[in-house]
Amino acid sequence: METLKPIDELLDEHPFFAGMEDGPRKFIAGCGRNEVFHAGDYLFREGDPADRFFLIRHGSVALELHVPGREPLVVDTLQSGEIAGWSWLLPPHKWANDARATTLVRAISLDGTCLRGKCEEDHSVGYEVFKRFIPVIAGRLSAVRMQLMDVYGTPQKKR
Amino acid sequence: MEANAQELPATMLPRPFRITRVRRELSDVFTWELEPADGGAPLTYAPGQFNMLYLDGIGEVPISISGDPTGEWLVHTIRAVGAVTDLLQKLRKGDEIGLRGPFGVGWPVVEAEGSDVLIVAGGLGLAPLRPAIYHVLANRARYGSVGIYYGARTPADLLFRKELERWRGRFDLYVEATVDAADTTWAGRVGVVPKLIDRQVHRFDPESSVALICGPEVMMRFTVAKLRECGVPDAQQYVSMERNMHCAVGLCGHCQLGPEFICKDGPVFPFDRIAPVFHAREL
Repeated sequence: METLKPIDELLDEHPFFAGMEDGPRKFIAGCGRNEVFHAGDYLFREGDPADRFFLIRHGSVALELHVPGREPLVVDTLQSGEIAGWSWLLPPHKWANDARATTLVRAISLDGTCLRGKCEEDHSVGYEVFKRFIPVIAGRLSAVRMQLMDVYGTPQKKR
Repeated sequence: MEANAQELPATMLPRPFRITRVRRELSDVFTWELEPADGGAPLTYAPGQFNMLYLDGIGEVPISISGDPTGEWLVHTIRAVGAVTDLLQKLRKGDEIGLRGPFGVGWPVVEAEGSDVLIVAGGLGLAPLRPAIYHVLANRARYGSVGIYYGARTPADLLFRKELERWRGRFDLYVEATVDAADTTWAGRVGVVPKLIDRQVHRFDPESSVALICGPEVMMRFTVAKLRECGVPDAQQYVSMERNMHCAVGLCGHCQLGPEFICKDGPVFPFDRIAPVFHAREL
């Protein structure tokens, strides 16, 4: 039988919080809750309020873009140990794409309003959170640039 | 004319080879199995080497060998991407071509014995790596952890898909594939190859790992950077370079990259050796 672990302990196990001291992590843990999604469930959908983000503990999530008249396009897949969503950080706090569970997903969601409040209340906590988000955002930007280059397409001659 | 031909070194004289099988891999990629048409001995080669394939009156192209070095047939996987390869694509079983080779320095499969091995491929780059994969799998006990990390444009562009699936079923090998984009019917990974490495590097000891990398240069650039970040030294990362190879023996200079001739000194280089010119935009 699996024992339900406190959120703080689950945060401590997640790579996103690696190296964060107990104090800030426990402070943040109050914004978190356990979530389970079944394959096909949406963690969030484009345009909906981005009121939280997800630390994926188990399973796989597809980030999808919807274009009218076309099949949805999967642009990234996220696995255990990764995070889903940063629109909660930036106004107008709306999701910019869909996130769909492709397997059973266990995650911790952190409430965006609660977390923004704590970051305002204690800027050192805000710094710790942003310090962890920036590499994630930079990594995704770099990946998107590579995808845009279409490096595996038929080579075009240099003009 | 006859006298001139006899004076040519063997490396400059194409041998006739017969196509024994043609297999369509992707819409613009096909694989040939070849046998000598002159009754001579089969070609022996090292994983990572290439041949010059010659079509009489049309031209010659450098193509990596993609088959099993211990196999019965010589195997080439070719993308129809130019005048010569477009015409090669039209040849059928029984047709003959000219072939010079094998040329170049291949993958360090013997030097890598005792090490963990990461095989990182992008797009058609899996073809030149396949002989190395066959070699490693045929001598599996001589290596530590072995992983194959492969990226393609879409699920429909995955080369050697059935073989990848078969390798993935082995208990002594990690195989991960990712694509740049997919529709929702694709249950696999979407994202770039360096991200695969990020997720899998814990399976390897970076300091004692050897990485064999082949794909578009941009993909190799990002892969090398990621492996470096993970702790794999440049000297243990091997990249296969591609340039405009003509003579294949280091005479004509078409494939010169700084001090190196890709055809003769490569195409496989340890990254620390090629690094000074790898990022040079003028070359």
